[in-house]
Amino acid sequence: MAAVRRKPRLAVWKFASCDGCQLTLLDCEDELLAVAEALDIAYFPEATRAAVKGCYDLSLVEGSITTTHDAERIQDVRRRSRALITIGACATSGGIQALRNFADVREYAQVVYARPDYIHSLATSTAIADHVPVDFELRGCPINKRQLVEVISAFLVGRRPVTPAHSVCIECKLRGNVCVTVAHGTPCLGPVTHAGCDAICPSYDRGCYGCYGPMESPNAPALSAKLGELGMGQRDLTRIYRTFNAGSPAFRKESERNGP
Amino acid sequence: MVRKTIKVNYLARVEGEGAFKVVVRDGVVESAELSIFEPPRFFEALLRGRAYSEAPDITARICGICPVAYQMSSVHAMEQALGVQVTGPLRDLRRLLYCGEWIESHTLHVYMLHAPDFLGYEGAIDMARDHGDAVRRGLALKKAGNEILTLLGGREIHPINVRVGGFYRVPTRRELQPLAEKMKWARDAALETVRWVASFDFPDNERDYELVALSHPDEYPFNEGRIVSNRGLDITSDAYDLHFEESHVERSTALHSRLRERGAYLVGPLARYSLNFSRLSPMAQQAAREAGLGIVCANPYRSIIVRAVEALYACDEALRIIDAYQPPDQPAVQIEPRAGVGCAATEAPRGLLYHRYRLEADGSIAEARIVPPTSQNQASIEADLASFVGQWLDLPDDQLRHRCEQTVRNYDPCISCSTHFLRLELDRG
Repeated sequence: MAAVRRKPRLAVWKFASCDGCQLTLLDCEDELLAVAEALDIAYFPEATRAAVKGCYDLSLVEGSITTTHDAERIQDVRRRSRALITIGACATSGGIQALRNFADVREYAQVVYARPDYIHSLATSTAIADHVPVDFELRGCPINKRQLVEVISAFLVGRRPVTPAHSVCIECKLRGNVCVTVAHGTPCLGPVTHAGCDAICPSYDRGCYGCYGPMESPNAPALSAKLGELGMGQRDLTRIYRTFNAGSPAFRKESERNGP
Repeated sequence: MVRKTIKVNYLARVEGEGAFKVVVRDGVVESAELSIFEPPRFFEALLRGRAYSEAPDITARICGICPVAYQMSSVHAMEQALGVQVTGPLRDLRRLLYCGEWIESHTLHVYMLHAPDFLGYEGAIDMARDHGDAVRRGLALKKAGNEILTLLGGREIHPINVRVGGFYRVPTRRELQPLAEKMKWARDAALETVRWVASFDFPDNERDYELVALSHPDEYPFNEGRIVSNRGLDITSDAYDLHFEESHVERSTALHSRLRERGAYLVGPLARYSLNFSRLSPMAQQAAREAGLGIVCANPYRSIIVRAVEALYACDEALRIIDAYQPPDQPAVQIEPRAGVGCAATEAPRGLLYHRYRLEADGSIAEARIVPPTSQNQASIEADLASFVGQWLDLPDDQLRHRCEQTVRNYDPCISCSTHFLRLELDRG
């Protein structure tokens, strides 16, 4: 008699984040019950009280590392996970909270809190891969639901997820969008931004703001020169690269090239 | 002396990381503390130096569950600072977007986070084994709310189409029409939801809260209105700081918001409903009556019914807006940067969300302040625990702990809205 095969155990972990990427799993309204059939949702506190202790076959990690406690916790998560996949910009590049990396976190604490001496926060917000080996990084702020289902499906059959590393420009072409920069002079980060959102912003007459982070081989200085021709000053250039993926090497470097 | 401590170190089925601790001595509740260990992300600090136009995208990232609320409070505050008003179809579209978020967020909480407490399951996926039809209805209703967000906002989480002054692109009548069919189905599903949750068993616990919500003469409040309470508060958002204060309490090290004159208060569905019942649509009012709600609801466990009624209202209101929609000439009002101060409160699904900004002459943000609903409800959550736990002390520990968890989940606490929350260090005295 064949042994009953145990369903792979899924865990969903949260670090510094908005919860939006793990919510994406609950937003898979048509697929959620099927995912629960294929996987044992063993640890997902946002969705269930039940918690299976021990090790997990697949860990989805949301959020960045901003405290010493979390820096220790991610080591424990890694030890207990066969595969560890980061979901979203916080986990992959530090998130919007990585703006502290360009400032003084003690000054930040003084601005927000009456008693900054109670605050225990690291000077930087960093990606999970800066702390432990990561098996796959899913981009986006937030991640795309379709890509999340692809990542989980690929894991279940043991193949690499198919998530194109080209730029948002290609997605615009695929959608048949008119280029907002060429046609309307709208500043757009599409040429340097990782695909995955299906070019939502240009489809809504807006320039891409880079929430999926840099593509594989971005030529940001060339884009900055073009944005400069469109009238963007240095301050705006610094701002545009310094948002939800400010901590990614390519965007950090380009933002620093344009300003302090 | 018999001392008993009920602790839950990681509260499940809430958005974000929280815990609580209740200390009971000789059968009397000595203390009840909700703790938040969400790491601070310093939004109010990192917003300084950013352009006014970036506030809706940046503040959305405070909360992945209610990004529209952050976008709406920020655009209204910015528009006040910049001296512009958004009216007509653009205002209606903002209301429609908020309807989508209310439907999505309320349905998530009703079906996936809260109902399992009433029916005795660990979570919705468990619950689906015995209540498959209900869970599938919940998922489909949640999806209907998300479809509004996707069509109008570009995506469900962190919509991209909201800007100070309006939108980047507005839909045609024809593009909105398919939503009407969805909303007709959703309205029926929402009505069934009200009936379903009304059949649950509710503890008979009421408290005498000061209820605080927006109130508008013509409509159930989303984006605009005066901030009112059942104890005579009646102010514009400009006067918020005169009446509310936040304190940094050493015991909990989380900012607690209080009314300067009277202390703890409650925001969210119970407050909105009790202060605005007459502005609900006739269908929502009737459903509420049939579900056994009075025109005021002070039982926090029944908040699940109120959320269902509000989701029904949001479907009804979405249909009204879609039917009446005529596209505006421009997707947004023109803005000229200038120095100024602006503030606004809107109704996030979890309650009043206040933003205030001071702008430099070039439109850069000089100061930002954000008071999320869960920060305002903390004191009431703790008071609920302190006042209700006493009657359950005979229960076995795990059941008692579960009751306490349910009491916190009544508030649908959104702990990720962490601008004001920090690590907790208990004072063990």
